[in-house]
Amino acid sequence: MFDIKSYEKADTVKQAIELLSANPDAKLIAGGTDVLIRLREGHEEFSSIIDIHHLEEIKGVEMQDNMDVRIGAGMCFTDVIESEIIDQTIPIVAEASGTVGGPQVRNVATIGGNLCNGAISADSVASLCVLDATLEIEGIDGAREVPVTEFYLGPGKIVLTHTEILKSIYIKAENYMGFGTHYYKYAMRNAMDIATIGCAAAIKVDEGKVETLKLAFTVAAPKPTRATTAEQFSVGLDATSENIEKIAKKALEDLNPRDSWRASKDFRLHIIETLAKRVITAAIIDAGVQL
Amino acid sequence: MITKEIEFTVNGQLITLDVDIRKSLLDVLREEGLTSIKQGCGVGECGACTALIDDIPMDTCMYLAVWADGKDIRTSEGESRDGQVSKVQQAYIDAGAVQCGYCTPGFIMTSTAFVEKYKGQKVDRDLIRKEHSGNLCRCTGYETIVCAVESCLKD
Repeated sequence: MFDIKSYEKADTVKQAIELLSANPDAKLIAGGTDVLIRLREGHEEFSSIIDIHHLEEIKGVEMQDNMDVRIGAGMCFTDVIESEIIDQTIPIVAEASGTVGGPQVRNVATIGGNLCNGAISADSVASLCVLDATLEIEGIDGAREVPVTEFYLGPGKIVLTHTEILKSIYIKAENYMGFGTHYYKYAMRNAMDIATIGCAAAIKVDEGKVETLKLAFTVAAPKPTRATTAEQFSVGLDATSENIEKIAKKALEDLNPRDSWRASKDFRLHIIETLAKRVITAAIIDAGVQL
Repeated sequence: MITKEIEFTVNGQLITLDVDIRKSLLDVLREEGLTSIKQGCGVGECGACTALIDDIPMDTCMYLAVWADGKDIRTSEGESRDGQVSKVQQAYIDAGAVQCGYCTPGFIMTSTAFVEKYKGQKVDRDLIRKEHSGNLCRCTGYETIVCAVESCLKD
């Protein structure tokens, strides 16, 4: 039995926001795979819940007229993985979603919850960072849009205020068309594990030269981080294995992994460089370029 | 105590309950006598509490009972009909995929959904393992379980 002291079910986003405004202690519950675990551990701050599990308004994946893709924040990972639109436009999001927990977790856990939980190891976030996703947020004072790269403030901390709810994730056509992408989650096991390091890359290569590289890491700093020094360094370089090695070394300049019982800082630095090489290489191949 | 009236079917039988909103679906199913649902880890890692909710495998330990309203739920008990075990259950017996048995009902439900989804398609052992990675077994080493699932897909 979970120690839930107050329970309200919201049928619309508007209602969820009103319920949040009315109760400063309330927390949203969607898939429940984080909130219920915290409740089970006895975290009292989760004892007033507003249920958005069934909220249709925040589900669905759509291709817009301008080819931008919208992912409802309440979509469970399995639905993200099986979405044809995602497969055809932003397969890296499906790839990353497939590394979350195990099948039963993916059948209920939501992509929005993954972001709002604020974990620096969130499996979906690196892929969304390299796609420069925009998050649609609504609160009592109105709606706003926040780039996913600015959504995290630190470990477990995000920009949402108490009355705000994450509704949708938008990926603009210009941020996926023509890009080769790849994601790799390094963990001790192939399933049911938390990333030691996660790495995503999106790359555009023109006539053998890097036009744009976007490279993002999780668990490599106090929040999911784009390796901007490496990204800027890469522009105009020939897409060769030697240059990829140099770019991978540059990635270390933007990151600051920590020592923890999962892995030492030194080991994480090693993994960051190795993954950067592998993931950039795979993204270049995905872009249809021979190395 | 806050309660909410919910209505759902379990193994084909309609149930109406005034349920305590604090309960997990695992709690409710076990109270209904469906003790094939096991609590293992309680945090969605071991899969011993797996039931099919609208034919999708879910960990019932971290699924609120109120979410079951209007759903169709299947547990291992319901897979046996008229004294006959299901094809998946028989395959587990034949392959020697049952040892201590604690994880078995959860595995049976994951496999049942898997077989229904991939029947007639070409499936490799990696996919079987990947789709069963939310269920833990400490006895068999999984090999016999994979063999059981494979045998169900053959004909």
